[in-house]
Amino acid sequence: MTTRIVELRQGILKKNDELARELRARFTAAGVLVLNLVSSPGTGKTAFLERTLTELRGRGSRVAALVGDLETDNDARRLASSGAPVRQINTHGICHLEAEMVGKHLSGWEGVELAGLDYLFIENVGNLVCPSSYDLGERIRVALLSVTEGEDKPLKYPTLFNSADAAVVTKMDIAEAVGFEREAALRNIRAIRPGIRVFETSAKTGAGMQEWLDYLADERGVRRA
Amino acid sequence: MHELSICASVVDSVTESLAAYPGARVVEVRLRVGALAAVIEDSLQFCYGIATEGTPLQGSRLVVHILPVTVHCLFCEQDGRLESLRSFQCPHCGAPVTDVRQGRELEIESIEIEDAPEDVKA
Repeated sequence: MTTRIVELRQGILKKNDELARELRARFTAAGVLVLNLVSSPGTGKTAFLERTLTELRGRGSRVAALVGDLETDNDARRLASSGAPVRQINTHGICHLEAEMVGKHLSGWEGVELAGLDYLFIENVGNLVCPSSYDLGERIRVALLSVTEGEDKPLKYPTLFNSADAAVVTKMDIAEAVGFEREAALRNIRAIRPGIRVFETSAKTGAGMQEWLDYLADERGVRRA
Repeated sequence: MHELSICASVVDSVTESLAAYPGARVVEVRLRVGALAAVIEDSLQFCYGIATEGTPLQGSRLVVHILPVTVHCLFCEQDGRLESLRSFQCPHCGAPVTDVRQGRELEIESIEIEDAPEDVKA
């Protein structure tokens, strides 16, 4: 029996990448800034996002959020208290969001039109590995890290931190109590992603939120093709 | 553990490509995976067996070619290979580097197939 080699040379996630490109074009055309929030479980993505949504609404911005979760809609219910439209994406065991899930949940979202939004936040499933491979069409990928997680986390998950556009350190209000080594954490983040903007925040006290919200406003002001 | 999703995508893509070769059997599938792709080869191998079960790829070998991370330095303008993923520094001049040229690949390079016997084709 003879065999032969057939060259394929194609991306394994080609379908996701194509869908993400389409989404990105839609987001750009609608003038909405889309962010993809990625972290481990327990970093405080939901609390951080809740505060961000509330404060942005207070500034008169039009915001909405898609929230990925393996099974529950607890996070969506928590976020809805901000008054912003929130839609849950249940992945049913899949450890990351994919562009197709985002696209599906954008259609038929009652009361939400992309063109009527300033910001759309996508809270990914809590996981620092798998979400890094899946482009969701976002313009800004945000990696979050809490002060309780260990300063070397960026070194352990270089793929995610290297692909991030901004980093957020959460729970700064308990930094001292847990012996957070701030310099080491910042050094490690920057070792993996030189030049990245880092925001040190507390959703509880509101520390660092001003700088973060200003950054969002600046990024929204910058229209990119 | 998104290796199962990745293997499922490989099965879909290869099955689509097989439409051009009716009756052919897949012997081997070769992937190119960057060292920054966050994919573990052992997990891929484990999931491949599960994902290919009952498909035209069942029983085929999976060969994973891992590509090192290479970067381009804006300061010394040279390309270089990162020896460690713990520090994104130019291996020549030590400057921080953000321009990753290789290492994020997740590609199907090629497949090896065995054509169907003539009588099956006809």
